[in-house]
Amino acid sequence: MIIDLQRFIANERPFWNELEKLLDRIEAEPDLQMTLGQLQSFHQLYERTAADLAKITTFSSEPETRRYLENLVARAYGEIHETREKQRRIFPLQWFFQTLPQTFRRHVRAFYLSLAVTLAGCAFGGLAIALDPDAKPVLLPFSHLLQDPRKRVAEEENATQNRLAGLKTSFSAELMTHNTKVSIFTLALGMTWGVGTAVMLFYNGVILGAVAVDYIRAGETKFLLGWLMPHGVIEIPAILIAGQAGLLIALAIIGRGNRAPMRTRLRAISGDVVTLIFGTGLMLIWAGFIEAFLSQYHEPIIPYDAKIAFGGVELVLLVLFYAKSGTKSPPKFLDK
Amino acid sequence: MKTGTLSIRTPEGIVFSQPLAGPVTRFLAWLIDQLCISVAMMLVGLVLHLIQMVSWNLGSALYVLVYFVISIGYAIFFEWTWRGQTIGKKLFRLRVADVEGMRLQFNQIVVRNLLRFVDALPAFYFVGGLTCWLNSKCQRLGDIAANTVVVRAPRIAEPDLDKLLAGKFNSLRQFPHLAARLRQNVSPPEADTALQAVLRRDEFDLVARVELFGELAAHFRGKVEFPPEATDGVADEQFIRNVVDVIYRARAETRMEPVAAC
Repeated sequence: MIIDLQRFIANERPFWNELEKLLDRIEAEPDLQMTLGQLQSFHQLYERTAADLAKITTFSSEPETRRYLENLVARAYGEIHETREKQRRIFPLQWFFQTLPQTFRRHVRAFYLSLAVTLAGCAFGGLAIALDPDAKPVLLPFSHLLQDPRKRVAEEENATQNRLAGLKTSFSAELMTHNTKVSIFTLALGMTWGVGTAVMLFYNGVILGAVAVDYIRAGETKFLLGWLMPHGVIEIPAILIAGQAGLLIALAIIGRGNRAPMRTRLRAISGDVVTLIFGTGLMLIWAGFIEAFLSQYHEPIIPYDAKIAFGGVELVLLVLFYAKSGTKSPPKFLDK
Repeated sequence: MKTGTLSIRTPEGIVFSQPLAGPVTRFLAWLIDQLCISVAMMLVGLVLHLIQMVSWNLGSALYVLVYFVISIGYAIFFEWTWRGQTIGKKLFRLRVADVEGMRLQFNQIVVRNLLRFVDALPAFYFVGGLTCWLNSKCQRLGDIAANTVVVRAPRIAEPDLDKLLAGKFNSLRQFPHLAARLRQNVSPPEADTALQAVLRRDEFDLVARVELFGELAAHFRGKVEFPPEATDGVADEQFIRNVVDVIYRARAETRMEPVAAC
């Protein structure tokens, strides 16, 4: 019990100030390595301040001091009891070549689920167009996809002027931002127990399947592959990975087979979710460039075979990257 | 249960609490942030307009990209560099904190801000606001996913005690040991009730004022028994003024130098 508040505050204030200075330093220098003595001193200061808080809590007239001590104790508590690895500086190459593919592989089942839902959508969209071609305006809400494929191919191949001349960079930027927003939205809908994410993936699949079958039925398969493959082999997996991240959130919320509280489950996957969505963002930047600067050019400007081969090479590299990168000990240039 | 306070008990048994921010204050802070984003875009637009005069294509592309980066990255950047605060949150004295009192991590900030896409549905953060209103810790979906809360750090207005209590003899001060015991026995909410009653005494109806101070005096007389010479002949209202003087004057005398509240 505090009898003389004035003396109590005067006596304890140096310890509070010392703790505050130490906390400021720890927060300002994420790489700070304290010696054993410094750690012991930090812990003692924390315990002393926490005890002071307990004493002053009963003191009716000291709300400001109490708030100050609560804040100090809260900050020190976060530093002392935090068990997650301290976030140090980011090493972009290490993150790209190791963290990203390792994270992908760790949650590959969520990716397969994302792929399965998209393929189901593809099958639905393809069958719908095959069985009822009149359903095209319902399935494809984009005007440029409603055109007869043969007519479009003829127009593209006989075009006398470059319709993207002077627009390629801004078109590329529009594609990148739009696709990234769709990806983030797909991820965020994971909070609806994954229902929203699944709907987004299925709907993407429906559009893809419907367009593919529409062009195949019209005998324009080569044009379709040459048009979609250069950017699609990166863009579609990027959306699938965003779906994977959304499904990770959903699985953490549902928590099937995991008895840990939802808060713990969500905490466990938050770093992986961020890694996957940053990976998606990078892939979409690449896809945006390719779509604006390559995919929109057709024969006779660029042969379809060359575009298909380019897309094929991209796909092989992408699969190799996610399957193999970071599986062995890191190469020397990735060492910190 | 919705408490409006985030209380954390440390393994040492110490409890510290922080008041939680409600949906309205958070919405107002968000409006300020939107204003900041608009101003930033206006300034960027002026620069990009010059680039557009040289290359319309490049200028437009940069505008699209910069707008995207600022609108998504604004909150992430400020919450990370300002330890849980954006400009709007600073103005309204709000702060993002870990729900378990741990160190706020970059991942948490990214997740809570990316999930704005769902919280903002269908317009003006309806989903987020509704979730926040229903949730016991006032969390929107992004906060739930990231394990964060938004806490308040209100500035406590200091009453002008000199003006309020000046020139009055305080009979309770003749017994310092009993005055110290009174300070010890009175809880913070009780002290605040007495202070508010004295501060707002002129706003009460006369009868209500007499009744209120009568009840308060009876309550505080039960806290510590002062000798008759300290209480006899002292009206109920004066007794409460003396109690406030004992509690808060001691605080004024021992006040610390300004400290960072958060």
